[in-house]
Amino acid sequence: MKRGVAITGMGIISAIGTNVEENMTALLFSKTGIGEISNITTRHQKDIKVGEVANTNSQIAKSLQLPENTIFSRSALLGSLAAKQALENAQIERISEYRTGLVSSTTVGGMDLTEKHYKTFQSNPETLKYLKSHPAGDSTQKIAEQLGITEFVTTISTACSSAANAIMLGARLIKAGKLDRVIVGGTDCLSKFTINGFKTLMILSNENCTPFDANRKGLNLGEAAAYLVLESEAVIKKANKKVLGYVSGYANANDAFHQTASSAEGEGAFLAMQKALKVANLQPEEIDYINAHGTATLNNDLSESVAIKRIFGDAVPDFSSTKALTGHTLAAAGAIEAVYSIVSLQEQCVFPNVNFKQPIPELNIPPAVKFQKKKVRHVMSNSFGFGGNCSSLIFSSE
Amino acid sequence: MKTCFIHSAICISAQETFYNNDFLKEASEVTTEFASAIHPVYKDYIPPAAIRRMAPGVKMGVVAAKQSLNEANINIPEAIIVGTGMGCIEDSEKFLNALIDNDEEFLAPTSFIQSTHNTVGAQIALGLQCKAYNMTYVHGAVSFESGLLDAQLLIQTSEAKTVLVGGVDELGKEFSVFFNKIEKQQPQGIQVPFGEGAGFFGMSSEKAGAFAILKDVQVFETVSVADITSKLKAFLTNNGLLFQDIDAILMGENGDAYDVYYHEMQASVFLKTPQISYKKVSGEFYTASVFGFWAGCHLLKRQEIPKILLKNSIEKKNYQHVLLYNQYKGKEHSFTLLSRC
Repeated sequence: MKRGVAITGMGIISAIGTNVEENMTALLFSKTGIGEISNITTRHQKDIKVGEVANTNSQIAKSLQLPENTIFSRSALLGSLAAKQALENAQIERISEYRTGLVSSTTVGGMDLTEKHYKTFQSNPETLKYLKSHPAGDSTQKIAEQLGITEFVTTISTACSSAANAIMLGARLIKAGKLDRVIVGGTDCLSKFTINGFKTLMILSNENCTPFDANRKGLNLGEAAAYLVLESEAVIKKANKKVLGYVSGYANANDAFHQTASSAEGEGAFLAMQKALKVANLQPEEIDYINAHGTATLNNDLSESVAIKRIFGDAVPDFSSTKALTGHTLAAAGAIEAVYSIVSLQEQCVFPNVNFKQPIPELNIPPAVKFQKKKVRHVMSNSFGFGGNCSSLIFSSE
Repeated sequence: MKTCFIHSAICISAQETFYNNDFLKEASEVTTEFASAIHPVYKDYIPPAAIRRMAPGVKMGVVAAKQSLNEANINIPEAIIVGTGMGCIEDSEKFLNALIDNDEEFLAPTSFIQSTHNTVGAQIALGLQCKAYNMTYVHGAVSFESGLLDAQLLIQTSEAKTVLVGGVDELGKEFSVFFNKIEKQQPQGIQVPFGEGAGFFGMSSEKAGAFAILKDVQVFETVSVADITSKLKAFLTNNGLLFQDIDAILMGENGDAYDVYYHEMQASVFLKTPQISYKKVSGEFYTASVFGFWAGCHLLKRQEIPKILLKNSIEKKNYQHVLLYNQYKGKEHSFTLLSRC
């Protein structure tokens, strides 16, 4: 029996590319997508750096062949594009052939449209149509419509661990035999709401972020969407499908420490990693690479490092954060990093943690700084969010 | 697979459902523009310093959760699951207004922090120091049912022995007014007032002390009116039941054009079944079905239907299986099957 739930397709759009190949190339050459914000007019333009998707809304709408007057939030646009790629990659043509579900995730929802039109809702009944995109479930519904999914459709929102939790639910539903196929992932666009929210928390860096560096100054926000297609063993056999990798471990735990900050001992992160290993039936030394949460905030990187050290002791595997390339894409982070974890399995490589100079003195466990080819069988991917929400996933090549 | 037993059902709503134990005897239809919740005395449950920062949704959620755990005799649950359609909308409004009015200057982080969708689940965990699985579903009218489905899955597969699951939405101050305007623009919009509330339920794989079983939940995005009955038939068949085995149906009618989905069943396969309609007393909101679920639980526990909820005049001596059906605007459908234990 296989270890986990098969992944047969993936799709992604992020600051480092509009499909899997472009993202892969950027990862292999450490090409960053961090820069000055251009799609949103904000007072903070000069004092933040972001991982923005270059494509404008109308470009994405055009590539999706949406009719002129449709109202899609940017999260719905990014999500539809990535989810469609995932289906194509999995070579799924008839969606209704199997019991198919969609578990998406978002934190921003339709906030980009809401914040643009909010002050007109009272006076101008014409603009109220934009309000309908506000609820978090809206982008998921738009994606479901684009894919033709009519059965189980839901949305998870647990801040920055959202997509990791969507992947976990999809895997659990397939394992339990409730569904044959689930499209899982997340989408979040940049918005003034989140930019200003993180700004008030004083955790945005005005430079390119430096995860796990002693002198890190904070995070760069990003926007992205990514989806995986998970399929049951029976479908794989019947359709003789190519498997990209397996979701072998997953867990969610709560830090129960503070609404926004992580505990000094990284308890939630520790519990999530520990339980994910247990679900995957793996020993810590079997993990070949960790795609860390690594946001480059003072708090996260220290807390996560402590938790990693608690799990792995003196034998910490190669780990890195890819957020220095993509920015922190909030709800989508767990999904884009799942794609990167699978690329790591496919290419048998470890991605460097760019912009790193000096290890955090308290711990002295430096991340991987060079791109390297090596035997990679199991990759751990961490995603931690507000509300102490900590998730860890394990992807395996067999 | 293990069975999912229901041990407690607590609800804060537009009716006196929190303190009052008379199962809606004094309840009445809401006639005001909005169905605001009747709030408990929060200081009896939450430290005063914490209350100040909490929006109504968080307070309702935290207190309903606490009471639900008490009644279920669960100290620390092995999972906390929350459904919320709009999330912490009052803090979202606050931060949005401050952001726009002050042109991105002089902002404080509090309302941004509290606006995060998983605030209720996080606050429950923080209060209990509960480090277990913590999930928040935000998919419109199936936010709560997605949580129920997860809760049942956790218990069935022995991933957790005890689960706290609930749903919560708050009215806020502005979004509800705007959504009202949208309804007024429709030829046949929602006829019951928009409302708010919270319901939490203690579930476990242990039977002792339980009064009902969560038999099954099905969540689906779209279906045609023509297909709804056959869809339900398949759901019941899956659970070894026929239409006539259902002793009461609780439907989420809100008076809008999409009520045809309910009418389709009420006028055919459930013509002789006690029919319950609850949104005129709870108000409509994305997690209003929590009120229906709460009523379904107490119906099985007490073996009676509150007069105010009964739509037809049919009653039964015994209530064994209760079915809930809810949808919103022809989307976000859910079937929930409860049985007496």
